[in-house]
Amino acid sequence: MIEVKDLHKSFGDAHILKGISTSFEKGKTSLVIGQSGSGKTVFLKCLLGLFHPEEGTIAYDGKIYSELSVDEKRNLRAEMGMVFQGSALFDSMTILENVMFPLRMFTRQSKSEMEDRADFVLKRVNLEGAHHKMPSEASGGMQKRVAIARAIVNNPKYLFCDEPNSGLDPKTAIVIDNLIQEITDEYNITTIINSHDMNSVMEIGEKIVFLKDGLKAWEGSNATIFKTDNEAVTNFVYSSELFKKVRKMYLDEN
Amino acid sequence: MTYLHNIGKYFIMIGEMFRKPTKWSVMRTLILKDIDDLIIGSLGIVAFISFFVGGVVTIQTALNISNPLIPKYLVGFATRQSVILEFAPTFISIIMAGKVGSFITSSIGTMRVTEQIDALEVMGINALNYLVFPKFIALMLYPFVISIAMFLGIIGGMAACVYGGFSTLEDYIVGVQTDFIPFHITYAFIKTFVFAFVLATIPSFYGYYMKGGALEVGKASTTSFVWTSVVIILLNYILTQLLLS
Repeated sequence: MIEVKDLHKSFGDAHILKGISTSFEKGKTSLVIGQSGSGKTVFLKCLLGLFHPEEGTIAYDGKIYSELSVDEKRNLRAEMGMVFQGSALFDSMTILENVMFPLRMFTRQSKSEMEDRADFVLKRVNLEGAHHKMPSEASGGMQKRVAIARAIVNNPKYLFCDEPNSGLDPKTAIVIDNLIQEITDEYNITTIINSHDMNSVMEIGEKIVFLKDGLKAWEGSNATIFKTDNEAVTNFVYSSELFKKVRKMYLDEN
Repeated sequence: MTYLHNIGKYFIMIGEMFRKPTKWSVMRTLILKDIDDLIIGSLGIVAFISFFVGGVVTIQTALNISNPLIPKYLVGFATRQSVILEFAPTFISIIMAGKVGSFITSSIGTMRVTEQIDALEVMGINALNYLVFPKFIALMLYPFVISIAMFLGIIGGMAACVYGGFSTLEDYIVGVQTDFIPFHITYAFIKTFVFAFVLATIPSFYGYYMKGGALEVGKASTTSFVWTSVVIILLNYILTQLLLS
């Protein structure tokens, strides 16, 4: 479980996060949504320890990040898996080597054990037969799946995904969404996804945190987002005619 | 203030580079790869430049000695002194700042732009140790490159001297052996080690802390070359003053 209390982050005069408090439960897929510039990525990078907030605390299963020593922080980070928006695969390594990388760094497994484990997670993300390709030879969807495989290969406690669907076609986006949710359920991990893809919100948003201008404007789930009358949320989520109709149909039915 | 800030940040980076070492089995592979990229990959251009610049130094020295009272072997002596004291350690280091320095800045900078460094940090890996330390160790073999530069510079001078008809082979060899001071070699290698450290760390600093996109990677490479060269020139002056005066 990750608990965030009164998180503030600025860059120079720009106050990006203005006191966000929320929590993310273990075994659930949580989505952080909001318009571009609302502070989603900064929020995620604060959770990952890549940005240092000026005020507020982030606790991972009760351990407050800012109170940990440098080595404790590194050890905690070894328990995190991250899927970056651009995948961030190591371009000088093959797909297999990318997936084996966390194992090489943090375990004492033999090469064959590492290959077996990498093979298993690559199969789990439906990537058989791509082991020896370079990341540049893989499609956007494949790269995302490799990034997911690399993120879960070392059995992380926390999985973070920054816009995992960006640049993907709708069908592949759904595959990626379902994969993330299945992995979250299967390994009972705390998953946080940054997204502005409304399909993801409706499909897998067991918890949804809506950010607006650096503040938490609303939180709920994909079940409650239809019923909310929060104007900021409805303006954002139902900005397209299609979603307006979907919402109307849902409300009429219920 | 920005300069002071960057100098402080640079020294913090150096300290961080030695913290929490990467697993040896991984580090060994990285070091070997960097030796291949930075040392072996530079031998060709260093050999080519050293041979021909050695020749040019010899020709210019020979053409500027018109007094018949000055012995012919002085050409070999002047070539040796120029190559060992300045050309090989300093001039080659400036060239390496362009070749190796740009490579280091652009490769680390590209990793920054494509979030590969963030990925390392998120995994709990000391990215500075993972990326910069192997380059630092690989460049500890830089004196090997400079030894080759010294040797080929003198050989290039010999070829130019003999085939250009400026003096005989015997005169040139006598000149190369005249008044040889072994400490000059020590001085050259002390400089080389210091320049190797500069070559590994300053380009890494500009790559690691760069912000922006592809265009900024190019700008960071240029800035890194300029500052690596400036620091090499300044340290060259300071070390010469300290060790030779």
